Amino acid sequence: MSRYRISGKGRVDHSAPVSFTFDGKTYRGLRGDTVASALLANGVHLMGRSFKYHRPRGAVSAGSEEPNALIGTSRGKGQFEPNTRATVQELRDGLVTESQNKWPHLSFDIGAVNDRAYMLFSAGFYYKTFMWPKSFWDKIYEPVIRGAAGLGKSPTEVDPDRYASRYLHTDVLVIGAGAAGIAAALSAAQSGADVTLVDENAEMGGSLLSDPAVQIDGKPAWDWVEAQLARLRAAGVRLMTRTTAIGYYHQNMVGLCQRLTDHLDNPPANAPRERMWRVRAEQVVLAQGALEKPLVFDGNDRPGVMLAGAAQTYLHKYGVKVGDTPAVVTSHDSAYFAAFDLADSGARVAAIIDTRDAVRPDLLEGARKRGIQVLSGHTVTTTKGRLRVKSVRANPVRGTHVGAGRDIACDCLLMSGGWTPSLHLFSHTKGSLGWDAGSNTFLPDRKTEACEIAGAGRGLWGYEAVLADGAAAGLRALEGLNRAGHSAAFTVANDRPGTGVTHTELPTDGNPGKAKAFIDFQNDVTAKDIRLAVREGMRSIEHVKRYTTNGMATDQGKMSNINGLMIAADALGKQPPQVGLTTFRPPYTPTSFGAFCGYLRGDTFQLTRKTPIDPWAEANGAVFEPVAQWRRAWYFPKAGEDMHAAVLRECKATRASLGIFDASTLGKIEVAGPDAVEFMNRMYTNPWTKLQPGRCRYGLLLGEDGFIRDDGVIGRLSPDLFHVTTTTGGAARVLTMMEDYLQTEWPDLDVWLTSTTEQWATVALNGPNALKMLKPLVEGVDWDDFPHMSCAECTVAGLPARLFRLSFTGEVGFEVNVPARHGLTLWTALMEAGKPYDICPYGTETMHVLRAEKGYIIVGQDTDGTVTPQDAGLDWAIGKAKKDFVGKRSLSRPDIVAKGRKQLVGLLTEDGSLLQEGAQIVLDPNQPKPMKMVGHVTSSYQSTMGHPIAMAVIEGGFDKMGETVFIPMPDGVRKARITSTVFYDPDNARLKA
Amino acid sequence: MLLIHCPYCEDTLPELEFTYAGEAHIARPADPSALSDDEWRDFLFIRTNARGPHYERWRHIGCGRFFNALRDTVSDRFLTTYKAGEARRPLTNEAAE
Ligand SMILES: [Zn+2]
Repeated sequence: MSRYRISGKGRVDHSAPVSFTFDGKTYRGLRGDTVASALLANGVHLMGRSFKYHRPRGAVSAGSEEPNALIGTSRGKGQFEPNTRATVQELRDGLVTESQNKWPHLSFDIGAVNDRAYMLFSAGFYYKTFMWPKSFWDKIYEPVIRGAAGLGKSPTEVDPDRYASRYLHTDVLVIGAGAAGIAAALSAAQSGADVTLVDENAEMGGSLLSDPAVQIDGKPAWDWVEAQLARLRAAGVRLMTRTTAIGYYHQNMVGLCQRLTDHLDNPPANAPRERMWRVRAEQVVLAQGALEKPLVFDGNDRPGVMLAGAAQTYLHKYGVKVGDTPAVVTSHDSAYFAAFDLADSGARVAAIIDTRDAVRPDLLEGARKRGIQVLSGHTVTTTKGRLRVKSVRANPVRGTHVGAGRDIACDCLLMSGGWTPSLHLFSHTKGSLGWDAGSNTFLPDRKTEACEIAGAGRGLWGYEAVLADGAAAGLRALEGLNRAGHSAAFTVANDRPGTGVTHTELPTDGNPGKAKAFIDFQNDVTAKDIRLAVREGMRSIEHVKRYTTNGMATDQGKMSNINGLMIAADALGKQPPQVGLTTFRPPYTPTSFGAFCGYLRGDTFQLTRKTPIDPWAEANGAVFEPVAQWRRAWYFPKAGEDMHAAVLRECKATRASLGIFDASTLGKIEVAGPDAVEFMNRMYTNPWTKLQPGRCRYGLLLGEDGFIRDDGVIGRLSPDLFHVTTTTGGAARVLTMMEDYLQTEWPDLDVWLTSTTEQWATVALNGPNALKMLKPLVEGVDWDDFPHMSCAECTVAGLPARLFRLSFTGEVGFEVNVPARHGLTLWTALMEAGKPYDICPYGTETMHVLRAEKGYIIVGQDTDGTVTPQDAGLDWAIGKAKKDFVGKRSLSRPDIVAKGRKQLVGLLTEDGSLLQEGAQIVLDPNQPKPMKMVGHVTSSYQSTMGHPIAMAVIEGGFDKMGETVFIPMPDGVRKARITSTVFYDPDNARLKA
Repeated sequence: MLLIHCPYCEDTLPELEFTYAGEAHIARPADPSALSDDEWRDFLFIRTNARGPHYERWRHIGCGRFFNALRDTVSDRFLTTYKAGEARRPLTNEAAE
């Protein structure tokens, strides 16, 4: 039995010990414990160090709002997780945990020197300190800050766990299964509606699990919860525990993250660790309760200081007494019950220090009966103790006067500054909040979604009120579904209603400037920081937040928000609603990336498109590269070849005899109909009217802004049928653009557009022997009338085909299209027929080199969305006689015809070195920095001509032929001469061969 | 995630099935060459950037059709959707429902 465990008490299984380690030491807890409750049972309060000052910290809460007790957990290789809240992580056998932000170890930490340099690290510290000198930033400040910053360690290995995703459609989604949520679900379930009830905890019941003495309808709280859950289950309600509603999105879509295996000793193999639910609910009931606020006083962060409600939860849910001699400081009635319950369980309560002058008589009577002294009208001015609180100083307050204090010995201090309705999800919907001056808190006001808010989330307190409100909310949700139900009433005995007051930092008899009175525990933000931020000119709460980092920790301001607001409002001399709250954003609690990714990782991250010829490429040792979503053969290395050697061999074989290339990924669109030629005239820059059936033409597509969008060879197969090809990556974009114009600008045109990319397999043959090799395989083509830029429907190797004579290499070339199912057959037949010509399969890299040698552009590589046809040297592709086409008007815009535009030119380096694509170009390498950059390298390759070649866009490049430009690189400045982009066979003699 | 009504499919479907396609009711001039540089600039680049109800185009990827929508840019709610080519829907209370 652990020292602080009360035999037989709590919802943990006392017959099931569970062993785990914390910072290398083995502890024993019980089945049903969290790491925090198990450590507390062993008397361990010190669980971590804070972020900035490395102050020792213990668990301050018992739930998901915990800012302090963040631990690293490890379940095996690649399964390390930082920043896990010890108050949430359930114990399982063999769990390995460690504390964070400490060096060399938790009880003695070097970084805590920051704590003594406290005055230096105040609000805005980062903004002020590291401004000067500027040169110190890279070398000194940033590395030091990066080294010290961050919560926990990032995992370094790939997460081997599986994560799942599901959709759910439900009539009523109830979030939070405390008293209000259960009552709402009972109401909603009575008319056959599909109801889902979720709760982030391992067990449903909410605060009723921490208040077992309460009786509902004559039943003890726990029995009542069990009976109602059974009723809900019988009514077909979906009950989901360990399920956090992380975000509330448009039109009642709620994201739920369900934790499935982290609590299991031996998770089933391949079971998902977490599951993300995307829920679309007709009606949502938010029954998320309220979160307890700390009080703000010097030393309120010492291990052993925790929320009173948390101590009550540790006692009743886990059978853990958080201390033998607790003291209590409170501004709310609720803390009295924590004190009473602890006293009734054998603790000696040192004192209840109440900031209020008047205390409810029944509470005073309860204290008197238990022999607990109540110091009303008192404040706490400080706590003492190094790694654990030893005493608390209580001082009487009369008006603004703080009287002499006295130290009260204790081994823990339970605090309550009242309760904040948990309205994070409501705020995600942009629902507005209204300030309730009576309770000094924000309550839900105007709604934007079909949702109801019930219970403590609406500022109600006491189970009878909360149950009635939950039942009513469930009924309203039913009405929203046009269904009816009966209202329910609950009678509650031993109820625990209460009220309280809200404070700024508590008054002190010491120097407030020296007080370390924390608001945001995780980010070490104190009351003084907030006041300093206001003094230094921050007026908006959003600025105060960013200047001080208040509320920016992983708990998202759950504990700090209202305390920060009260102090900022006080410093600004405004009312809290005039200052307002910072925005709450999803997720409600930290959520693993794995849960967001779900199945979309690794091989299933996105689909891989493969051509019909891909199996041949794989069998023949191709190295692949991704192009758009396609997997394309990049090059085909032979034994001992590196990429450069393989590509050079492929290039030379093609230029010398015959190369074969899988071009199936080319986008293909069939433009058909009586108005097809008119449509083509309007879309593309080129003239199409006079293009005869059986001929093809290079087509250039602009945006309406005049910039190049796409290009490709287009064949006219008959008067009303065009076979359009697009770039591999542009296919869908081009079809969408065509559809847009056809549907919305020219609906009168009688044209049909069909994507045929995947219907055709395309094989390119290039080289001086291409015609000789192909001819015997073709039937249905008149070779006497089939010059360069021709097309025909025919058969190739006995397969129905669309044959194009065109070239993207500068050699005689053909593209054979056959129905995709015949692609591999065609490829195999061509490989066989090409043997006498030493046919050489080549990949995309060789294709790139060969096209660059000819100065053929790749849209998206040599152009970047700011390049016009003139800039790219493609004036010749513009139908000058055409009155209009997409983008034509823009070609005469003032900035398009202005001098000094970047123009596409060739580059040859003086020293024969290879330039880097993307490298910036300058005219004078000796000019002062920052230099004037006049362009950049767009393409650069080793070529078949014995020297590298490059293309670049350079300001006024066409007028700079033969001039020298400079490319500064880390290892020195390169010199290059501006040339034409056509490096190989400028007269196209080889095409006509 | 929004739910969007496709006026062609006559079905309300998740946002994942749709793409945004710019402001609506900006017709391409019948004869662009007749426009001054400034008029052409305005056609190309000048947009309403409304705070509140905004006429815009969406495309339903499922059926491939472009359609018009009236969406409130503050609440991110679709007030109505209607077919391409139909006249601009008035900003009545009806539309806002
Ligand atoms: Zn549709």
